[in-house]
Amino acid sequence: MREYEIVVGLEVHAELNTKTKIYCGCKNAFGSEVNTNCCPICLGMPGTLPTLNKSVVEYAIRMGHALGCTINPVSKMDRKNYFYPDLPKAYQISQFDIPLCEHGYLDVMLDEEGTTKRIGITRIHIEEDAGKLIHGEEFSGSLVDFNRCGVPLIEIVSEPDMRSSHEAHAYLEGLRDVLMTLGISDCKMQEGSIRCDVNVSVRPKGSQEFGTRCEMKNVNSFSGAQRAIDYEAQRQIAILEAGGTITQETRRWDDLKGQNFLLRSKEDAQDYRYFPEPDLLTIVVDEADIRRWKEELPELPHHKLLRFLKDYQLPYFDANLLVEDLEKAPFFEECAKLGLCSSRAIANWLNGEVTRLLADRKETLAQSRLTPEGLARMIQMIEKKEISNTAGKTVLEELLATGKAPAQIVQEKGLGQISDSGALEPIARQVLADNPDAVAKYKNGKTNIVGFLVGQCMKASKGKGNPALFNKMILEMIDQM
Amino acid sequence: MKLYEKTAVELGAMLRRKECSAVEIAQDTFDRIDQVEDKVHAYLTLSRQEALAQAEKVDERLAAGEELSPLAGIPVAVKDNISTKGVRTTCASRMLENYIPPFNAFVMDKLEAAGIVMPGKVNLDEFAMGSSCENSAFQKTANPRDLTRVPGGSSGGSAAAVAAGEAVLALGSDTGGSIRQPASLCGIVGLKPTYGSVSRYGLVAFASSLDQIGPMGRSVEDVAMLYSAICGHDPMDATSARREYPDFGKTLSRQVKGLRIGLPKEYFGDGVDDGIKELVLAAVRRLEKEGASICEISLPSTDSALSAYYIISSAEASSNLARFDGVKYGYRTKEYENLIDMYERTRSEGFGDEVKRRIMLGTFVLSSGYYDAYYKKAKALQMQIAQEYAAGFEQCDVMMVPTSPCTAFRLGENMDDPLKMYAADICTITVNIAGLPALSIPCGSLEGLPVGLQMIGPRFSEETLFRAAACHEMLQGGPCAVAELH
Repeated sequence: MREYEIVVGLEVHAELNTKTKIYCGCKNAFGSEVNTNCCPICLGMPGTLPTLNKSVVEYAIRMGHALGCTINPVSKMDRKNYFYPDLPKAYQISQFDIPLCEHGYLDVMLDEEGTTKRIGITRIHIEEDAGKLIHGEEFSGSLVDFNRCGVPLIEIVSEPDMRSSHEAHAYLEGLRDVLMTLGISDCKMQEGSIRCDVNVSVRPKGSQEFGTRCEMKNVNSFSGAQRAIDYEAQRQIAILEAGGTITQETRRWDDLKGQNFLLRSKEDAQDYRYFPEPDLLTIVVDEADIRRWKEELPELPHHKLLRFLKDYQLPYFDANLLVEDLEKAPFFEECAKLGLCSSRAIANWLNGEVTRLLADRKETLAQSRLTPEGLARMIQMIEKKEISNTAGKTVLEELLATGKAPAQIVQEKGLGQISDSGALEPIARQVLADNPDAVAKYKNGKTNIVGFLVGQCMKASKGKGNPALFNKMILEMIDQM
Repeated sequence: MKLYEKTAVELGAMLRRKECSAVEIAQDTFDRIDQVEDKVHAYLTLSRQEALAQAEKVDERLAAGEELSPLAGIPVAVKDNISTKGVRTTCASRMLENYIPPFNAFVMDKLEAAGIVMPGKVNLDEFAMGSSCENSAFQKTANPRDLTRVPGGSSGGSAAAVAAGEAVLALGSDTGGSIRQPASLCGIVGLKPTYGSVSRYGLVAFASSLDQIGPMGRSVEDVAMLYSAICGHDPMDATSARREYPDFGKTLSRQVKGLRIGLPKEYFGDGVDDGIKELVLAAVRRLEKEGASICEISLPSTDSALSAYYIISSAEASSNLARFDGVKYGYRTKEYENLIDMYERTRSEGFGDEVKRRIMLGTFVLSSGYYDAYYKKAKALQMQIAQEYAAGFEQCDVMMVPTSPCTAFRLGENMDDPLKMYAADICTITVNIAGLPALSIPCGSLEGLPVGLQMIGPRFSEETLFRAAACHEMLQGGPCAVAELH
């Protein structure tokens, strides 16, 4: 078998989280009761007209800046004509030949060593989402929920720059992180706020020409995209290896079956009969606005990740977890800036215990009472051995709930670490008396059993004893026995 | 007293002098409708109760001493492609036979606020596609000046209702001549306003870039008054112009001294009836005597305009009418096997021939591979036509041409020849293509049939058109009379 190279290009649709829909004043919200966020305009009633929501243009251009695109200050909307019951006007108002943004790129990190690949962005354009068909069991046929009709979308089209499903996955995650950082999309895959169409072709390794590509629809998750690409590449390779040729077609991915199926061949491709939307004016964006949106661009995830790795010396895994989280990353940096404790410890606490407790409490960081200073001071007390790690967890719970100063919590709860050997000695003696077996094992050379004994001491001291002191004490006592 | 024969201006004055009540005017209009409607067939829906309730309200407000709009209490018929909340809006199509809009068109909100009385909704060619009103799925409207002839179209119901005294004023819509041509054929006044001056919100779209709602009536002042009531910026229509408009009824002058009248030679060629040309030129000469000057100009692209018009308007129509698919409202075929079958049957059964013809034409010219050859070329021609008009308006303030190349033809005469029917728009379509305002006013008759004089101005020059038309009207001896219809 020859060696093949996979070539992937992606078309990603992201729903924008503007307050209202793109062409009318209806609420843009997910999860409302069926057919409640609609009006004559988004229902396409006869005689209604669209008006363009300016925020959609702004959001798309911010995304364009984030992806290093050229922004077209003059563009237009076009009609894409096709019949489907979820599209009440029977045309989608989209952009055809003059998108808002063109010629950009996204830098994607491919591994823990920070290997970066630049994926080209062909264009970003704005358009409206369609409604949703509901195929019920309680009723015959299908019904339509129009709540999603007119929800603003940006379509981000990549160049065929990806060479593996892994690269495609990394690209999708990268795009999602940028959307999240800009705050322009909720990026909830399960709610369908990001969807993608996948274009795959294969070619013999070393070949410069592209193979014939197939497009896959109905890819609903990033991992699904990875599976779909691998499946499609193998399908195409099998055809080529058997001496066949690939025909350009659109296929439908079935994630449950792990297979794709022919939707239509090139000959049956729909003719959308695009033409300029006569109901909307040419879009002219003020150059000053375009500049301002560029200046207001926040630090982008890829850059932030590189910085976290370098400036804070964090392991890749921890840094990535922080960067992916819009709340934790700035919280981490504020904490670290105080210089009270080690950055690694902050990252560990944020990604570990803080995340776990917030999930229990069903809260976000902002909703809790935890402050960067509170967390830093708590970690500092551990590092100074004023409290134990165990006591630290108790302090953290209080910090989240009350926001009191860690020192006050330690005092009120009597969590201060006991380093007074006079107070600890009786505990250690008792633990040794209660565990003669362990002592015997130690004497027989199993020296790591001392950890168990220190643990018993900590337990007996309700976590307040200084573990290092216990350790020292126990070794001395056993030596004397 | 025959109130239905009066103009809106006269009726307004009588109301204020308490010589009649709004209810009396409404009642008189309905009496007239009862008397002649079975000959004219202008109305598709009569809203008698609602109209009388509107009239009562006007009387109450007048009795309370309120200062009302000059249109308060005036019966205005509304073309049935303009959305009226709670009143059936059919577009004269089987597709929307039972469609009742849940909202008002912008113009209806404005007119209701002004206190007009709406006797009902009037006939048109299906979805405003046609020049004779014969493409209505429901009925054929007759020309009140000669019941064997067409009233023109597509606003044939509006024109016939006004000419027959079944309404004092009417709203029409004009995409390629649909207000001016029926006004001409029925012997009344009609204005196609500047594109963007009247909101299209609520007008069921035929060709979005060309459609415009406009006023029709029997006097220039009435038409100016109705235009004042419906124009103005609407944030719901992105193509609506942001500007202030004067009160055209109040500022109306009849002074044409110094007015430069342009005669584009292409409109006086072979395609137009000689008698019509003579009547138009005679009217222009009368204005010259009043101090206007005349110059010949040229609009060279006029000949190719008809093709450009049918390409652009059909392309937009094919998309605009795609929403009538049987899914959410309107007609749906009784039996079908699957979704595609449902679409095909619904649309085959729900639309009439002319509408289907234009949908197919529009679909074709937008198809991949043909777009550049047709749609793109037509759009380029549109630019050229607009530029030629702009050049022409450097030499004149208003152009005067015939409205229609012929007088009202017999019912059924052109029905088998779509191309001949399309040619009826030859004098009116370039105005829509260039987005200009134009007014048609009677300038005499040929063998008893009215002939229309069309006045075309630069964008937003309605005041000039009203002024020239008012002068012409005065020289002709005043407003148009109601057809007798014995």
